[in-house]
Amino acid sequence: MPYIVKFASSKKKRQKTLIMKILVCISNVPDTTTKISFTNNDTTFNAAGVQFVINPFDEWYALVRALELKETLGGNVTIIHVGGADSEPTIRKGLAIGADDAVRIDTEPNDAFAVAEQIAAYAKDKGFDLIMAGKETISYNSAMVGGMLAELLNLPYISLATKLDIAGSVATIEHDIDGGTEVVECPLPFILSANKGMSEARIPNMRGIMAARSKPLTVVAPIASDKLTNIVSYKLTAGRTDCKYIDASTPEKLVELLHTEAKAI
Amino acid sequence: MSVLVYTEIGKGKIKKASLEAVNYGKRIAAQLNTSVTAIIVGGDADLSDLGKAGAKKVLKLKNDKLTNLDGKYLAEAIEQVATAENSTIIVFSHDFTGKEVAPRIAAKFKAGIVAGAVDNPVISGDSFSVMKNVFSGKATAVYSINSAKKIISLLPNSFPVLLTDDTAEIADFTVNLDNITSPVKVKEVKKDTSELNLPDAEVVVSAGRGMKGPENWGMIEELAKSLGAATACSRPVADMHWRPHHEHVGQTGVAIRPNLYFAIGISGAIQHLAGVNGSKTIVVINSDKDAPFFKSADYGIVGDAFEVVPKLIQAIKDFKANQN
Ligand SMILES: Cc1cc2nc3c(=O)[nH]c(=O)nc-3n(C[C@H](O)[C@H](O)[C@H](O)COP(=O)(O)OP(=O)(O)OC[C@H]3O[C@@H](n4cnc5c(N)ncnc54)[C@H](O)[C@@H]3O)c2cc1C
Ligand SMILES: Nc1ncnc2c1ncn2[C@@H]1O[C@H](COP(=O)(O)O)[C@@H](O)[C@H]1O
Repeated sequence: MPYIVKFASSKKKRQKTLIMKILVCISNVPDTTTKISFTNNDTTFNAAGVQFVINPFDEWYALVRALELKETLGGNVTIIHVGGADSEPTIRKGLAIGADDAVRIDTEPNDAFAVAEQIAAYAKDKGFDLIMAGKETISYNSAMVGGMLAELLNLPYISLATKLDIAGSVATIEHDIDGGTEVVECPLPFILSANKGMSEARIPNMRGIMAARSKPLTVVAPIASDKLTNIVSYKLTAGRTDCKYIDASTPEKLVELLHTEAKAI
Repeated sequence: MSVLVYTEIGKGKIKKASLEAVNYGKRIAAQLNTSVTAIIVGGDADLSDLGKAGAKKVLKLKNDKLTNLDGKYLAEAIEQVATAENSTIIVFSHDFTGKEVAPRIAAKFKAGIVAGAVDNPVISGDSFSVMKNVFSGKATAVYSINSAKKIISLLPNSFPVLLTDDTAEIADFTVNLDNITSPVKVKEVKKDTSELNLPDAEVVVSAGRGMKGPENWGMIEELAKSLGAATACSRPVADMHWRPHHEHVGQTGVAIRPNLYFAIGISGAIQHLAGVNGSKTIVVINSDKDAPFFKSADYGIVGDAFEVVPKLIQAIKDFKANQN
């Protein structure tokens, strides 16, 4: 089992200090309610005037559960982000919610693999006991980073976790599988992607916001990486044109239209 | 050099999403003058649909370690097949298994991946581009894959399934997982008992806080039954435990794109729309004529669900009776 070899030193350290080291991957995404647009002939996302937030899955489920575990078991929660300096307000918000420190890998994230490659390069010798990602970003909707990290770091991966408890060095995780849920046991360290159910949202308070200003945010240089994919163009999805109204007293009319016009039944 | 497509069995037959993926692989293979090889684990079911969907060859993977889905074993097994078949293109469905295994394969091969593709790739010379949804369906983006090996996971319900009379050659494929171990232990599996898997459903009947309470879901279930539909709900409904969590659709729930989506007593918040606006036809029933959902609907009924839904159930029953 190669990863035991790789993580042997961290295991020893853990026994000595009994500290859980958790890494939470956070992405910086446009808030769902903001209008999006593209420039340069629809080849570039237009960030001007867009409200950015921590990806909800990363914040509500991964980060908050990490903080709850730290509060009960002791430990340290680091947030990591791959992106430019313009995402620092988002990183500070993560610190305000309660993360102890932050790492920003200073490169524009090209795609899920580029993100995973950078995080793996950073995390490989840091002895994290648990690495958490969100289910997917609400921007590029890939749901890929967690699985890629698992392969790159040779660690187990539990996708779409809805419950996570840790006792000693073993975690019990409930996660969504096709047509149901599964409960698994996995020894630390491992990687998971967090889905709804892990925890409830937390709102940063004034003390957290003040404290966030002085918490360490380390900027790390990226490793060299290939562009396995690139975005050629974007297109806004055409909205629905006109809603056809049917009188509430004649639902049979709806059934007829669904059959003849929409060909949906 | 075949196009490799990962497929699965669910409820005794080949999953619909898998047939969509084989169809998709067949269209790619046609562009590249090659054929489709489908992979299936176990394969103790009628596999003829794989041939009908376009697979030339089906490889049944045999290994005890593959009985419970663990991405580590499965990814290793698929890697062995891809290497043996010399496949440069591997297709998954962007479903639970796809999300678990495709990223591992991508990382193994350092292959570019488009996760959640919604259209056929455009291939010309060395250029290979694929469209996917971004910003939760508010836009699409065309990705070009630059690596030699290419991986695509296809968003379910992007294409209808087309079956022909073709047959596939079926063979066993022995994978060697002796040196692979995973410390993940499965303790319990809870299958949800609903007959229809929400992401696969062609028709979905969904209801929101406008239904007032869980005791009123009888008519929603009856409407769903009359249409052979799956049921879904808005987020507050799941949060209040009126309905099970796996029914929650939207940005933080399941994203679905059925042929037909009924939204009953749902206001149409943007976070809800993010998970359902890929539906082909949307019907909204809401007592408030200004409910935002009407702006994203194809058909709308302004009215009290408690009056409209029972009438609608009757109308559908009459329609079905007339058709027979
Ligand atoms: C980050 C974030 C993520 C979110 N993710 C999701 C998500 O994934 N999915 C989701 O659904 N929501 C999500 N939400 C919540 C979302 O913003 C809305 O609050 C939610 O969708 C509202 O649910 P609803 O339409 O059932 O309830 P309401 O907004 O309360 O709407 C009820 C509707 O029922 C109608 N109604 C009332 N009585 C009747 C009647 N007798 N007959 C017919 N109609 C009636 C009303 O006119 C109203 O339009 C998210 C919110 C945030 C901030
Ligand atoms: N730029 C990024 N920096 C750090 N983590 C990220 C980044 N992008 C994605 N992630 C993490 O990976 C998860 C899945 O992202 P994706 O595979 O892109 O949908 C997100 O929920 C985050 O936890």
